[in-house]
Amino acid sequence: MEHWKHYHAPASVEEAVALLDRYSGVARVMGGGTDLLLDISQGRCPAPEAMVDPTRIEGLTGITRADGYIVIGCGATHTMITQNEDIVRHGSCLAESCGVIGGPQVRNVATLAGNIAHAMPAGDGTIGLLALDGEVETADNTGRCWTPLADVFLGPGLSAIDPYCTLLTRLRFKPTGPLCGSAFYRVMRPQGVALPMISMAACLQLDGQHDIVAARISIGPAGPIPHLAIKAMEFLVSGPATSERFEEATEVALGKLTLRDSKYRASREYREEMVRTHLPRVLARATQRAVDGNGERAQ
Amino acid sequence: MSKLNLTVNGKRFELDVPQSRYLARVLREDLGLTGTKVGCNEAECGICTVLVDGTPVNSCVYPAFKAQGARVETIEGLSADGLLHPLQQAFQDHGAVQCGICTPGLIMTSKALLDEKAAAGETVSADDVKAALKDTSCRCTGYQSVIRAVLQASGQESKPYIPETRAPEQEIGKAQPNPDALAKLTGRARFTDDYQFPGMLHARTLRAGIPHGRIRYIDTSAALELPGVQAVLTHEDVPGRKRHGLVVVDWPVLCSGKVRYAGDAVAIVAADSKEIAAEALDLIQVGYEELPAVSSAVDALKPGAPLVHEDWPDGNLLKHIKVAKGDIEEGFSAADVVVDRTYRTPTVEHLFLEPECSIAVPAGYDPAVFDGHHDHRAQRGETAVHDKATVYVGSQIPYADRDQVAAALGVEPEAVRIVATLMGGGFGGKEDIAGQIHAALLAEVTGRPVKMLYSRQESLLFHPKRHATVIRIRTGATRDGKLTAVQSTIYGDGGAYASLSEKVLTRATTHASGPYDVPHVKVDCLAAYTNNAPCGAFRGFGVSQSCFAVESNMDILAGKLGMDPVELRRKNTLDVGSVTCTGQLMRESVGLNECIDRVNADMRSDDFRWTWEEGGSRFAWGLAVGYKNTGLGGGAPDQATAEVGLWLDDEDKPRAEVRISSAELGQGLPAVLAACAAEELGLPRSRVSVLLGDTDYCPDGGPTTASRQTYVSGNAARLAARRLRLRLMAACNQCDGLADSIASAARNGISTTAQYEYHAPQTQPLGTGGDMHFAFGFCAQAVLCEIEMDSGAVHVRKVIAAHDVGRAINPLTLEGQVEGGIVMCIGYALSEHYIQEQGQPWTTVMARYSAPRIEHAPEIVSHIVEHETSEGPYGAKGVGELPSIPTSAAITNAIQRATGVRVRSLPVDQDQLLLAMKAGLDQVELGWGDSSPIPFVTFEGES
Repeated sequence: MEHWKHYHAPASVEEAVALLDRYSGVARVMGGGTDLLLDISQGRCPAPEAMVDPTRIEGLTGITRADGYIVIGCGATHTMITQNEDIVRHGSCLAESCGVIGGPQVRNVATLAGNIAHAMPAGDGTIGLLALDGEVETADNTGRCWTPLADVFLGPGLSAIDPYCTLLTRLRFKPTGPLCGSAFYRVMRPQGVALPMISMAACLQLDGQHDIVAARISIGPAGPIPHLAIKAMEFLVSGPATSERFEEATEVALGKLTLRDSKYRASREYREEMVRTHLPRVLARATQRAVDGNGERAQ
Repeated sequence: MSKLNLTVNGKRFELDVPQSRYLARVLREDLGLTGTKVGCNEAECGICTVLVDGTPVNSCVYPAFKAQGARVETIEGLSADGLLHPLQQAFQDHGAVQCGICTPGLIMTSKALLDEKAAAGETVSADDVKAALKDTSCRCTGYQSVIRAVLQASGQESKPYIPETRAPEQEIGKAQPNPDALAKLTGRARFTDDYQFPGMLHARTLRAGIPHGRIRYIDTSAALELPGVQAVLTHEDVPGRKRHGLVVVDWPVLCSGKVRYAGDAVAIVAADSKEIAAEALDLIQVGYEELPAVSSAVDALKPGAPLVHEDWPDGNLLKHIKVAKGDIEEGFSAADVVVDRTYRTPTVEHLFLEPECSIAVPAGYDPAVFDGHHDHRAQRGETAVHDKATVYVGSQIPYADRDQVAAALGVEPEAVRIVATLMGGGFGGKEDIAGQIHAALLAEVTGRPVKMLYSRQESLLFHPKRHATVIRIRTGATRDGKLTAVQSTIYGDGGAYASLSEKVLTRATTHASGPYDVPHVKVDCLAAYTNNAPCGAFRGFGVSQSCFAVESNMDILAGKLGMDPVELRRKNTLDVGSVTCTGQLMRESVGLNECIDRVNADMRSDDFRWTWEEGGSRFAWGLAVGYKNTGLGGGAPDQATAEVGLWLDDEDKPRAEVRISSAELGQGLPAVLAACAAEELGLPRSRVSVLLGDTDYCPDGGPTTASRQTYVSGNAARLAARRLRLRLMAACNQCDGLADSIASAARNGISTTAQYEYHAPQTQPLGTGGDMHFAFGFCAQAVLCEIEMDSGAVHVRKVIAAHDVGRAINPLTLEGQVEGGIVMCIGYALSEHYIQEQGQPWTTVMARYSAPRIEHAPEIVSHIVEHETSEGPYGAKGVGELPSIPTSAAITNAIQRATGVRVRSLPVDQDQLLLAMKAGLDQVELGWGDSSPIPFVTFEGES
């Protein structure tokens, strides 16, 4: 079976949306295709009549600054994000998370927009962007609009963005500024599926006394959609950034997590242990970066 | 249809191809650039890597139109004006090319790295190489030679790693690249899927999909009506023998009556295109009555278990294999300390990176009938005359393929020709029949060439694997560390068909007391039929399994005795004068003590500690030893016939060719055979070519299995060359040199071709005492492991190995076997597991099977020990399997030392290791299936 019949690489958003309209439900958007094409070839997703590849749309191929945001076009690959100095400094957890996905050949092709649209609960880039309170811009025949990233996920592999009629055009987040830092970590398992057992990202805003004034923590896979550890975030705010509090916050986070028991990937106990070990370290690294003034990535 | 514009290797193309094409297919099929290989179609293995605008991408999952207007670079574009690219040269120098299927991907990925670093003015580090090649797989080399080669190509000082060996003869003992390396490095080398024949059809196989069921009906009518379908065959269409099998003929060519595992073949289709063939499979209706599945050897042998083969006289018991020496009651009563444990090893997949492919060409095929274009590069193949049914296949046993294809077709063996193409890895997994018979049947019926190419996913589902085992082993010793007795019971999961189970598990049994002099031994092995994938040959051939149990028990014993584990082993090793557990007196060539001593001395040099902490990790050394027979043994005739021809080239200089149907799967056999013939003829090796595996032109070299080819085929080549030289000398005693005698022979009508049928020394069947094998290789390996205490992750940091190979014929390719074998066994220890549940495979895609990647490859220090065996060619014995035997036990021994936890099942699971450490447990088993202890087997009349 052919995995698609027609291949379109439109030059503009309007053209892309018009194509999706014209095919009315039998053409779908494909970024790098690194997830989608495997889903089709392995029977998890039907083969569409046509592919609409938005990665060549002018203005959406790269990473820019606009209106106080770092804006990532839907054509930007994981490699571009990992190597982008602005993101390395002002969105460290996103650069880190995009750098661990697959191997170079996959990162050279896979787009972050595609990763987000795929809505996997363990999508590393997703976890990274979620901690930065990212937003998603979509386009369809009614126009273009921005939505908080957290609102996009409906279930495992299920996104509010319908790839048959909606184009994910851009992603954006507020760059971390003074006294703000972020970090990401994931644990892989050597055998079985080449997917992380657990990934986590955090972004912390400190005040002059190095007390935490804002915190975001994302974890996956922990339930059907990427998880925001709201209670732990609330716990951290208005207190000092100390290792004791990071450990307490981790326990708060664990209290709200539904970690899966899977013999193919990891036991629930193991994932819990990994969160307990690594989340305090991720928080500490984010703090270090905040204190160091958005400097180089700490070790 | 819009055009696809590409600049490929500097040349512009405007292509009229379907928009649904992937880039790999456009390159391979539309442009004929078959240097780019396809290994998985799931962006896992990376061997299909090409550069698009300088960036490495997996071309097998990259839509061709995504590259519209781009600059594409492939392996074919790398060398210019006959000059090799520095990467190609370095891969050749370092022996970083074995089977060659991954070579183009490794080189193209590395090229992007070198280009990027050169543009940035930066030096390439080993870590850069590891990062760049993170997801570009190689199953042969163990990666160290690859890293060294890339560093050399980047302009740095990086010498090939060649272990110290005895001073070379004229050719024997010299480190030289395999003669086929150049073709593999430039993309010219052709594997089966690289062949195209005008008029060729594409075939697919309908597989059962359920582990056990009765076939109620098969309806192929809808498939037959699909336009483009040329044939649909079922069991009724097999004209000759309906089953095949290397030992027991129990494997249906196409199933009738019953299916016995999920990969069973039920129907085959040939069609005008791959897509049509795939669509036709969906239209075949098969009705099943599902039966309960037997999913482990232990369950299979319980009373009342469903029968896999109703007509097999012993129920699900495929074979009970017994080894007995002395009296174990006496042995254990003499023991002061006894260790009794049960171990489990997993089903493991070969993961050769070239999925199986066969092309059958019917007798009398005339390409002119089909107006396809000829591929004029063909030496053998498309333009050859096909006067008989011919199968092109990369196979480990070409003559067995010939006989089995002929039997199924119902013709004499001589009516079939097998042309052995290059093989992209085998490791034992390409001994049984795959698509050879199916392709031949379809070619006969349609009168056209038929290509049967398996996808990676079908390969995972179908082919025989390494046996899962449950091994209980009891080891007794006196207080001063002398072994008194070993008793073991081994359950081996043979899967649905016999394949080589009996042979493999016999080897597990006869090696189950280790390379030790033990006075009292009793081992019982129960090989069982189950509804899992069949299990057969796999590098290590049963010994990888029993060695894990033997060498784990030895370390536990050392702990109980308070004795250094090296000392305990050293006290009990086999040596000249020892008698093995099968009653064989070792008369020569037992280099085990030297292996242990050299590894031990190296391990204990500067600041040695068994274990220490550093950062959040614990480090520890672990050691294990192993041995492995060379050759078939057990009374099986073990022979090979080689032919050597001599002629004068255009410059009147002598050239020779060795012809033999032995298989090269990347291990470097052509280099060995060429060296043997060159040495005897007094020719430089560069003047000796090797033709392997064409059953019409090459005599039978026997199976490529049991680490036997260097010994058996090496001897055949050596003795054929000697016979030829003596003949020419005798015919012309006044001739001056070889050239003169060839010319003289030609004038006098004396043949300049000689054959030699070499018979290896006679062996005895198990149970009769005497020499079960004519030679054994020995080894010792020490492994340094790092265990991250907060995650349980295990990293192998260094391996010090010593292998007694008799004589190193070619230290470069020998080192390739050592490094590749060790890394393969690291995978066995730490990550590899082909998971099946109730007969249903869970490992359906490569993403669910984790073989070692470059990041897992440790530093390897390799000592070569050369205790010559008198009958071996120049003293050599086999090495192919040996390195892949003790590494896993050495790793778990190190883990135990570092963490206090004895891991009794493979692969080591970091999840459960960590939880065991946290819980303070002293041993752990992976939580798959039954973990209850097993009883020792006893039979009537036995106590």
